[in-house]
Amino acid sequence: MSVAVATTGTPLRRLGNLLYRRPNLYLLMLLIPPLLWFGAIYLGSLLNLLWQGFYTFDDFSMTVTPELTLVNFAALFNPANFDIILRTLSMAVAVSLASAALAFPIAWYMARYTTGRTKAFFYIAVMMPMWASYIVKTYAWTLLLAKGGVAQWFVQRLHLEGLLQLLLDIPGVGGSTLSTSHLGRFLVFVYIWLPFMILPIQASLERLPPSLLQASADLGAKPRQTFMQVVLPLAVPGIAAGSIFTFSLTLGDFIVPQLVGPPGYFIGSMVYAQQGAIGNMPMAAAFTLVPIVLIAVYLSIVKRLGAFDAL
Amino acid sequence: MSVHTTVLLGALLASAGAQAAGLPQKLGAGEGQLDIIAWPGYIERGDSDKAYDWVTGFEKQTGCKVNVKTAATSDEMVSLMTKGGYDLVTASGDASLRLIAGKRVQPINTALIGNWKNLDPRLQNGAWYVVKDQVYGTPYQWGPNVLLYNTEVFKTPPTSWSVVFEPQNLPDGKPNKGRVQAYDGPIYIADAALYLKTTQPELGIQSPYELTEKQYQAVLELLRKQQPLIHRYWHDATVQMSDVKNEGVAATSSWGYMVNGLQADKQPVASVVPKEGATGWADTTMLHSEAKHPNCAYQWMDWSLQPKVQGDVAAWFGSLPAVPAACTGSELLGAEGCKTNGFDNFDKIAFWKTPQAEGGKFVPYSRWTQDYIAIMGGR
Repeated sequence: MSVAVATTGTPLRRLGNLLYRRPNLYLLMLLIPPLLWFGAIYLGSLLNLLWQGFYTFDDFSMTVTPELTLVNFAALFNPANFDIILRTLSMAVAVSLASAALAFPIAWYMARYTTGRTKAFFYIAVMMPMWASYIVKTYAWTLLLAKGGVAQWFVQRLHLEGLLQLLLDIPGVGGSTLSTSHLGRFLVFVYIWLPFMILPIQASLERLPPSLLQASADLGAKPRQTFMQVVLPLAVPGIAAGSIFTFSLTLGDFIVPQLVGPPGYFIGSMVYAQQGAIGNMPMAAAFTLVPIVLIAVYLSIVKRLGAFDAL
Repeated sequence: MSVHTTVLLGALLASAGAQAAGLPQKLGAGEGQLDIIAWPGYIERGDSDKAYDWVTGFEKQTGCKVNVKTAATSDEMVSLMTKGGYDLVTASGDASLRLIAGKRVQPINTALIGNWKNLDPRLQNGAWYVVKDQVYGTPYQWGPNVLLYNTEVFKTPPTSWSVVFEPQNLPDGKPNKGRVQAYDGPIYIADAALYLKTTQPELGIQSPYELTEKQYQAVLELLRKQQPLIHRYWHDATVQMSDVKNEGVAATSSWGYMVNGLQADKQPVASVVPKEGATGWADTTMLHSEAKHPNCAYQWMDWSLQPKVQGDVAAWFGSLPAVPAACTGSELLGAEGCKTNGFDNFDKIAFWKTPQAEGGKFVPYSRWTQDYIAIMGGR
């Protein structure tokens, strides 16, 4: 009797029974929308973008024709374009290293020495700069670093003009003024991406059981040994996560390089110039491949170093 | 490559000529809307300063609501026109021929533009907008790329572009390294070529836009030497004004717009056209080949050639009117305005135009683009 009811019931009831008997079908129906979103809209548009890299661009009339060519990818290796890649890559590495060095002590203090209100205060203090517009912050930095700006005022008050000039004269670090130097650009990048480094490190240090530190001390390890052999290995996943943010964000940025620092494009500004100003979509698409490859290489190096073993 | 480009260009021009039979013979009613791509400060409706408004009157008279999209570089203008959806563009000479070759703009019938008779005879038949007897748009404004300098550094005006091209001490005794700027666009190569035309006559440069391989290499050499001197390659008028104000930039290529802005801000700056002459721009209001509002567009082109409008634009932008009557027809520009902005310098100006290979004789614009990006990056 009950079987008869199940098969002859309302269509809704029959559908319900079908899904009950075939749980995989049910799962599939739940997964299709997000999979479609991820596959078609997310990966699909990315692949479509990369596919554009094979198109031909006519320089004079500035039009794109769908004739396939490898010229754009080959052009990535001509000296001027390769300079852009190296310039961006070295900045991304420097910014990641400096952010990690700055973020670690802050994260350590947040994780181990703060509770309740002080912890909330630190969270807000770290995240508050992220609530303000990124462009406003960058413009503010151009004024801070300008010749008549606050930074130089402090330098003058401390009578360190000579030291600043010495720094600005170092090739690859300096520039003609603080706001058009590599150093200035580096400072702005580190300031802007620092929260992305602090939070993952702090999360990984929170999970570090205090008993491990006590055990290490009981066994006679010096603080330095404890740090190198217990704390750091356990914090590496956090540092890796943070550095993925700082590294990839620097690789893609085009506003900071435009407003602060010496002449010469970054990958982001090159993509912007090719796509936004010149309309050379194929070359822009070829350049988009560069950060993807660099980050893939970076992730595989980090994985080999064991950063994800603890996940 | 160059042969390929020229053949393509020839084909495009031929087909553009064939199209031209269908010029409109009379205008219909306005479509109620008009979308224009313009340089910043070119089309003002009194938002920045109430007195400078040449849009409201047009909207009242024609019922065409004007929308302006500003663009910072010529490349950006070409790119926006390629995307479409606009009616008019105020194209400079380094964009106009590319727009014509790419069939982004259509020829116009000047008989439908009543104010065409006002036009400065020196601008008629300009090579940057008249191709094969087809007129592609109406001249809007022109002006030189002046040498802006700080009057506290230069007690007497500099007489040569060498202050930005060659390493040297400025009159205040300090080197020019890090205190000069250059334009962030491949067309700046022509500025360097113009300088070499006078300083190295043995190169035999005739036009800074038609450079043979040997001349071109000499020009690039000069720009490479200039690169370490450069404080910043500018393309944003606001950023340049802030650099002159806060960063101690003493000399730079610039536009009347920035000179006027800085002087209004009581900054110690002035401008000059040095003895080598200057490159300059002559902008043309061009009609998109697929313009959705052609009647409003024709009405705007007519409106824009009135002496008062021309004079007001010139006063605001620090440029020169395409209509000589404007020199006496605008209170904002004043009686001396045309003279101050350099109305008599016309002959000293090498007007921007897109460099073309012309059958492989000259280095084409695509190489200019690549090489200038490389030079800005220090290579």
